[in-house]
Amino acid sequence: MADAAGIGLWTVPLAVLGGAMRVSTPFLFVSLGECITERSGRINLGLEGTLVMGAMSGYGVSYLTGSPWLGVLAAGVAGSAMGALHASICGLPRVNDIAVGIALMLFGTGLAFYLGKPLIEPSAAMLPSIDFGWWSSIPDVRAALHINVLFLIGVALAPILVWGLRTTKWGLIVRTVGESADAARAMGYSVNHVRLGATTFGGFLAGVGGSFLSLFYPGSWNEGLSSGQGITAVALVIFARWNPMLCLWASLLFGGAAALGPALQSVGMTEGYQLFNAAPYILTLLIMIATCSPKRTLIGAPAELSITK
Amino acid sequence: MIQVFPINTSAFGVEANGMTKRFGEFTALDAVSLKVAPATFHALLGENGAGKSTLVKCIMGYYQPDDGEIILANDKVTIGNPRVAHAFGLGMVYQHFTLVPAMTVAENLVLARDDVPPIVDWTKERKRLDRFLSGMPFRVPLNAKVSAISAGERQKSEILKQLYLRRRFLILDEPTSVLTPGEADEVLGMLRGMVEKGELTVLMITHKFREVMAFADEVTILRRGKLAGKGHVKDLTPDSMARTMIGAEELTVQPGRAGEFGGPKLTISGLNALDDAGQPAVRGVTLSVRGGEIVGVAGVSGNGQRQLIEVLAGQREAESGKILLQGEPYHATRQEMRRAHLSVLPEEPLKNACVARMSVADNLAFREFDRAPYATGGWWLNGAKFRDDAERKILRYKIRTRSSGSAIGELSGGNVQRTVLARELGGDVSILIAANPCFGLDFAAVAQIHAEIIAARNRGAAVLLVSEDIDELLELADRVVVMFNGELVYETPAAEANLTEIGRHMAGH
Repeated sequence: MADAAGIGLWTVPLAVLGGAMRVSTPFLFVSLGECITERSGRINLGLEGTLVMGAMSGYGVSYLTGSPWLGVLAAGVAGSAMGALHASICGLPRVNDIAVGIALMLFGTGLAFYLGKPLIEPSAAMLPSIDFGWWSSIPDVRAALHINVLFLIGVALAPILVWGLRTTKWGLIVRTVGESADAARAMGYSVNHVRLGATTFGGFLAGVGGSFLSLFYPGSWNEGLSSGQGITAVALVIFARWNPMLCLWASLLFGGAAALGPALQSVGMTEGYQLFNAAPYILTLLIMIATCSPKRTLIGAPAELSITK
Repeated sequence: MIQVFPINTSAFGVEANGMTKRFGEFTALDAVSLKVAPATFHALLGENGAGKSTLVKCIMGYYQPDDGEIILANDKVTIGNPRVAHAFGLGMVYQHFTLVPAMTVAENLVLARDDVPPIVDWTKERKRLDRFLSGMPFRVPLNAKVSAISAGERQKSEILKQLYLRRRFLILDEPTSVLTPGEADEVLGMLRGMVEKGELTVLMITHKFREVMAFADEVTILRRGKLAGKGHVKDLTPDSMARTMIGAEELTVQPGRAGEFGGPKLTISGLNALDDAGQPAVRGVTLSVRGGEIVGVAGVSGNGQRQLIEVLAGQREAESGKILLQGEPYHATRQEMRRAHLSVLPEEPLKNACVARMSVADNLAFREFDRAPYATGGWWLNGAKFRDDAERKILRYKIRTRSSGSAIGELSGGNVQRTVLARELGGDVSILIAANPCFGLDFAAVAQIHAEIIAARNRGAAVLLVSEDIDELLELADRVVVMFNGELVYETPAAEANLTEIGRHMAGH
């Protein structure tokens, strides 16, 4: 049973599982960050740009310093800057957060491609992963169980955020601002400052998610690096009903769907796997159709969100 | 711990002397004085725009008066912002709830404190809240989400929040506007009890004379930014207070009831509709309104009235059920509305019946703009005709606007409602649907709208009137039905209606 063919069709679910953990990590970070941003009552659609900026700056810093973790930090800082920029513009009177988000999405990707031109050739130090498959002699199992530390951090972050929203002062304030800006103002909190903090935090996580793309999987810097993970993650937050734990499960689901195409390819399917590559997008559409209706508002949606108001 | 200032451990009085506040050219408050004695229940009366809110906002530190002084328990004080007012033990309960709906009552109470700990130990907080509540005259469900509790419980929570923060001088801004008479009596009665025990001083803005007579010790009346009168409630009558509020202004005289009931013009059977969250809001409503009859729908807001009106106005699709206008099936198309001469006065008219940025003339023409004489061939619009018609209606309905070309969003609430009234009642009306048509309007506008509704009824129109104001329903309606939890639960002829009985059904008992 030592060779890959020996486990036959089991390769597919195994590869989907391993792929789910790899592919879901950027989804997970972006959606957790966006979850906090949206709970404060603002949507940042610019996260696609933030993700790509994070990927580029993470790769660049890792290449220059030789430390991938410094790269992750740099990606987070770049993401925070993008988030803070979004929040500052949206804090001005009569500015629409959706329009600013779209502008920043284009701005972020464009800037990253421009600054990242010299980074396409060189190779940077990659993030390490932990081998949870040491007990097995089957290469497929071992490959699937190479788990990146960032994924584990993301998994731990989800329950921490749930706890934080429920039991910390900042969690209560973020929720108040997102549910009723008037109530927050009556209590003397600055709605704009709280949203600035929440959007910056969201940008930080999205930047970190981007560094995973360039520093682990696929693990290089090029212009086709992100295939819309940033924007899909925003939809995913809606699907997850603004709950960080549900964001985790939804990310895994999307990651699994995205891993389906490559997994089928790996067992020798030569035709039609491209269709499965589109699985996450089809899934997004189906989920949105199934869970949204013009006749009712979404349950759990923060009341101050511009799309639900 | 919550900060305790020496001044706010028991009830104290507040005096505001010679308060003047100008906004540019406009003097909102002109040398008004108000004296609230410690441990009394004081009512502040006045029409919309009389300066009540401006006065209390000056006391609470939201506005800085241009002139005048505030004396708090015999000390002259400067209240630079609301935080200073809070520190002195002044608290305000707003007309609209300031609780966060998606959070629990306990979360809302803890959140309101100035010293929320970085990490909240909910077990400990819950115990402290339970201890606090055990000393209070009323209970609220601490673990329930605010969105899931009744309006009465919400208003109690708002008041409890103020008491939890050790505020001993409470300003209440129309606190009972969303409550049933029973709930209002309960909440005000409890506050009255605390006032009598010397624990609290209350200043209440209201326009309900019934509540003033039942609960207040003293009253101050404002008119157009000036002090119009004050005195002990026991020396006054509702009539004398109303006269002081209105001044010399002439009110539209309401015509008497005339005419016979005709056949049914509006028939609703088995109507079901969902609310925005997808939950059933209107459940199996069956109702018929005859020509020359006003049917009043009573109920606490949020019991499906809004959704019922939205279905009739064409703003919401019904899940099931049938609506007949003059015997013809109705699906809220423009043709059907015209054929049946249906008119609608929805609540929040600026949002539901107007385009705020379009002119008064355009807004007045919405029902007829694509027909002769306003349009040639159904598409070529004739601006001069719009203007002529608008100018006629502006005079006839006393709409105060700079010109027929002003954007309707610039008009005051009463004038927006007059504009909608002119449009909806200016032509032939056979069926009229009205929802809270007088909400927040002054006496003159209310009298005019009531007179127009009665006049439409006398001309043979079938009128469905939804209102949260029971006094209005009893005054206008021929028959009253009560809506609770989406269903019609009670029906009585208005002449035999009993307020207690209606209030009981509104509360679902």
